[in-house]
Amino acid sequence: MRIVTLPKDNLVPFLESTKAFGELHAPLRRGEESCALGKVDNAADIQVGCLRTILPPKKYFMPQEQTMFSFSPEGYEPVAEEAGKRYVLFGLHPCDIHGLKILDLVFSGKYTDPYYFERRKHVAIIGLDCIPDEYCFCDSMGTSFAEDGFDLFLNDIGDRYLVMVGTSLGDDMVNASARLFGEVDETAKEEFKRRSNTRREHFAVEVETWGLPEIFDMEYESPLWREAGERCLSCGACSMVCPTCYCYDVLDLLELNAEKGVRKRRWDSCLFKDYALVAGGHNFRKERSSRVKNRFFHKQRGFVAEYGRPACTGCGRCIVDCPAQINIVELITKLRSYSHV
Amino acid sequence: MSDRQDRQNPYQPHLARIVRILPQIPDHRLFQLRFEDDEVARNFKHRPGQFVELSVLGTGEAPISISSSPTRPGTLELCVRKVGRVTEALFRLGVDAVIGIRGPYGNGYPVEEMEGHNLLLVAGGLGMAPLRSLLWYAMDNRSKFKDIILMYGARVPGDMLFKYELLGLLDQPDIKCLLTVDRDDTGRWPAHIGVVPKLFDKVELDPKTTIAAVCGPPVMYKFVLQKLLERNFSKDHILMSLERKMKCGVGKCGHCAIGYKYTCLDGPIFTYWDVINLPEVV
Ligand SMILES: Cc1cc2nc3c(=O)[nH]c(=O)nc-3n(C[C@H](O)[C@H](O)[C@H](O)COP(=O)(O)OP(=O)(O)OC[C@H]3O[C@@H](n4cnc5c(N)ncnc54)[C@H](O)[C@@H]3O)c2cc1C
Ligand code: SF4
Ligand code: SF4
Ligand code: FES
Repeated sequence: MRIVTLPKDNLVPFLESTKAFGELHAPLRRGEESCALGKVDNAADIQVGCLRTILPPKKYFMPQEQTMFSFSPEGYEPVAEEAGKRYVLFGLHPCDIHGLKILDLVFSGKYTDPYYFERRKHVAIIGLDCIPDEYCFCDSMGTSFAEDGFDLFLNDIGDRYLVMVGTSLGDDMVNASARLFGEVDETAKEEFKRRSNTRREHFAVEVETWGLPEIFDMEYESPLWREAGERCLSCGACSMVCPTCYCYDVLDLLELNAEKGVRKRRWDSCLFKDYALVAGGHNFRKERSSRVKNRFFHKQRGFVAEYGRPACTGCGRCIVDCPAQINIVELITKLRSYSHV
Repeated sequence: MSDRQDRQNPYQPHLARIVRILPQIPDHRLFQLRFEDDEVARNFKHRPGQFVELSVLGTGEAPISISSSPTRPGTLELCVRKVGRVTEALFRLGVDAVIGIRGPYGNGYPVEEMEGHNLLLVAGGLGMAPLRSLLWYAMDNRSKFKDIILMYGARVPGDMLFKYELLGLLDQPDIKCLLTVDRDDTGRWPAHIGVVPKLFDKVELDPKTTIAAVCGPPVMYKFVLQKLLERNFSKDHILMSLERKMKCGVGKCGHCAIGYKYTCLDGPIFTYWDVINLPEVV
């Protein structure tokens, strides 16, 4: 992999220069303490220290609401949506890069989702390393380090970044502003190694994943699920903020003349009451506890069976945002130790 | 709309024309469809047990099993029960109306593995819709299968789907067709009276060489499974068809997930072994 360095003072000019490759989006201040990914007018406004954006980057690849096609009595027509518009997304941490790689698994396979991959093709990703806080457990989920899935990745090494060039597009971005970059020298290497050797120490929480799918099977009837269900408000916030929750609902909207219309899809949540409700009134997951359980079971058990890895990046968003304080780390820890309590 | 984009987008329905509507029982109709585009029609190949996503302009989509056998191409037959938005809109349409179809989806019955075995088809109510495809597939490939037994039950004679077609099988030598009704209000019912599980008293079954395909309402599953297990059927030789809410049919929207499986991709046909290993399946 090509590796270069970027002095921190050159970050803003470099990010400005990436606008030649697409509309620049990055974490911007939203309210007192939060950051959200949004369009950058002035690269100096970017919140480089932002740890967790409110919504994960999935919103760029599967928007909250999206038109799939239009229809009329003549047939179904694809809609040319912002055709070819390019974006540069800066500031994605390793867990969110892994979140996208997990979505890639879901949207590829036997049937390819054209909307998702069309957008995926048009977004350049510049990753950035981070220092975990008390909610991060990416290390446990194997997502604290990204070896691919980015065009460029910036590692903080004090007064410079060590920049990994992941793709030919990333290489073009570096070359377009070559004067801002420097070579890798011994001090840069040393500083990178020093920081990576001590990075683990920053993790306050940890979950053991070994045997976790089996434990989910064993503890399927655990009263812990009922307790969580009694607290859950079915608000769906946990799914909306999750970088790997991809469920969607489909709806047809008719124009007033009732002849033409569009089919749309929008984010759905398996926590919503009517998620598994079918014609005739039968609901396969009527109980709130069965819905809370289903979400975690699917991420930590079902997905492992299907794709060989959990569908959780350990980003901590669902823990931070749950109004009922339902905490996956706590739940896993209790499930693991349940018989001993 | 260009054909290429058409083929690349798995969500985009193909236009199909209703060529015939055969009333069945109250609120159930058999729709015969033909794709508008000849190439789409030629490329549409399904297995018994698979389903399609059916769109009625402006009302949405619904997953519906294919009732016709791939051995009888030309038209696609769907047997639909009127229950909600999409199905009600479909029932308002007449012959020549155009709807949207995409698919076929799901795994379907493992017909190659079923070859060389006796087949036991057990249906209740609308469960006959997917089993009819398997029935005619097996009848049209008769030499590939040993004995074929069909058990199908309805509440009353007037509630039996495909009634005349199935009555026609009663005296055929190459199938044992056992039709039953819970009660006969006509006095002219020529076949059995009683619930489906009672038909098991009428047949000899060799569990080693028989594969059972069961499709019906949950209560029927319960008692039929009991009969099959009593007769020592291996859990791998019992095939069930599961129903779940579906939005995409292609493993993306999440709605049909049961534990570790997607009903739309890994199912809707599951062995009984799969089923007992899936959480909250019934
Ligand atoms: C694999 C499979 C095969 C099926 N085969 C047949 C068949 O051959 N004939 C038949 O009449 N019915 C069949 N059904 C059931 C049929 O899909 C529902 O009756 C139908 O979706 C109801 O749609 P609606 O819009 O009329 O009802 P609404 O209640 O208005 O439903 C709204 C939406 O919810 C979803 N939905 C509701 N109920 C179901 C359900 N039971 N299963 C899946 N999605 C649902 C659909 O996306 C539907 O468009 C099958 C279901 C599945 C999963
Ligand atoms: S955020 Fe919390 S309360 Fe809301 S649906 Fe998720 S688990 Fe339930
Ligand atoms: S389940 Fe929670 S911690 Fe895991 S990826 Fe989703 S939001 Fe992040
Ligand atoms: S119906 Fe969408 S995932 Fe199965």
